Amino acid sequence: MSNGIVSRLKRKKIEEVVKTGKRMDGRDLLQYRDLQIKTRFLEKPEGSAEVKLGKSHVVVGVKSGIGTPFEDSPDEGVMMVNAEYTPIAHPTWEPGPPPDEAVELARVVDRGLRAAKVLSMEDLGLVSGEKVQMVYVDLYIINFDGNLIDACSAGALAALNTAELPEFKVTKGAVSSTDKTKKLKLRAHPIAVTLVKIGSEFIVDATADEEEVMDGRITITLDENNNVNAIQKSGPVGFTVDEIKKCINIASEKAVEIRAKVMASV
Amino acid sequence: MSKQRKRKPAKTWERIDGRKHDELRPIHIESGVLPNADGSAYIEMGRNKIIAGVYGPREMHPKRLSKPNMGVLRCRYHMAPFSVDPRRSPAPSRRDTEISMVMRDCLEPALFLERYPRSVIDVFVEIIQADGGTRCASINAAAVALADAGIPMKDLVSACAAGKYEGRLILDLGDYEDKKGESDMPVAYMPKFEQVTLLQMEGIMTREETEECVRLAVDGCKKIYEIQKEALKKKYAAVREEAGQVAAEAEFEPEPEPEPEEAEEPTTEDEPTEDEEQ
Repeated sequence: MSNGIVSRLKRKKIEEVVKTGKRMDGRDLLQYRDLQIKTRFLEKPEGSAEVKLGKSHVVVGVKSGIGTPFEDSPDEGVMMVNAEYTPIAHPTWEPGPPPDEAVELARVVDRGLRAAKVLSMEDLGLVSGEKVQMVYVDLYIINFDGNLIDACSAGALAALNTAELPEFKVTKGAVSSTDKTKKLKLRAHPIAVTLVKIGSEFIVDATADEEEVMDGRITITLDENNNVNAIQKSGPVGFTVDEIKKCINIASEKAVEIRAKVMASV
Repeated sequence: MSKQRKRKPAKTWERIDGRKHDELRPIHIESGVLPNADGSAYIEMGRNKIIAGVYGPREMHPKRLSKPNMGVLRCRYHMAPFSVDPRRSPAPSRRDTEISMVMRDCLEPALFLERYPRSVIDVFVEIIQADGGTRCASINAAAVALADAGIPMKDLVSACAAGKYEGRLILDLGDYEDKKGESDMPVAYMPKFEQVTLLQMEGIMTREETEECVRLAVDGCKKIYEIQKEALKKKYAAVREEAGQVAAEAEFEPEPEPEPEEAEEPTTEDEPTEDEEQ
């Protein structure tokens, strides 16, 4: 991540400032940037959300379709999360196959939704073993300035919350479409909170600069009952057990804050 | 639901393979199993069978991935098509990509990468048979393989999962417990520094359970740490034994036959003259 002399100088400065309890942009260590979420702003997808977290800008689209279920769950629908690092989002991002970071982003957001059992997959079954409804969640990065996991997790939840899937009629194993749509019911509202470690301090909602020089990162996803649904540690550094405990505490406070904003947007 | 759960396990609760809640599966680690690799290790953890090979530090290809001020640790986690049921494609999946990443992040704190500018240390892990907890078993093997390669390390990295199954916290989930359980948390740990270098979790647990789960996994890692050290020592014990035998034979041989000693003399003389020429 940190590569060469420029980032080492940058790191020195950022670390110094963080040590004083402030950030380069004047924020407190545990303060998020302005979070704006707009839902239902696209007509074609079944659900959509636009998230702006400081200068990070993400669009989430939820589309549905009909597909075949997995062998081990013939009556359950399928949810897929995919992240797209578009070349418009950052000067160093190029078109082509997704970088490892994009794969991790999609999988961490996916893990949070799946572990919290956000969708009742059984309701999405159509013909056992043959046809089920698919729910595709696409995370589209429009501008990158750090903390994509939190922005995408909030965006995915907002988009799913507003999604209206087409209703299908099943007669003798044949699936036909109807004009009706049905609101997607969510059973939980998980929110990811990512903490970044710089030196010995933890900060939330890191910018791209802060992420570039960070030691490590830990994402904790919590549902509205304050249960932990997913954790992902990343970066070439270790955490003590006490640090992990501290991170879970901070995350559970911040998750409430972000969830309130997501729910207000839908 | 909770009532049923509470009553039932009190008497008959047992893990699917009869283990105690904090008991590891049988682990067997062997180091130095690949003749071509700079370092290697084979691990059996339950029915997991995994080989890790280390190449490097060596020149980085492609060059643009190298760093001017430090070395790069590159990990590849790969599952054999026949390692799981049903057969899987040999092409790397998104899961493999992510596991390769977290493996790198969890092993890197143990290394002195600043000593190897422009170089790479490659860690390749092949899952021959999977039985739940492959990423932890892979990390255990990879750490031993790195040490076996003679790469200086701050500490070994030991990994072990903990999770929740039928409402109870358990250590080292098997395949069935992993799939059917409420949650799964792979953890890697550097005992000497008391640092958790891998932490992932999926499922539903209260905050208290989550913290308890971390502690349970860390205790498991400490047990594995000892097994890893044994595996490294065993290789050198074998080498020493072999060397001892060779030395004993060498001492023993010349006595019954004095002639070969004479024949050996010119060869020992040859060597210094070659050196002088150079």
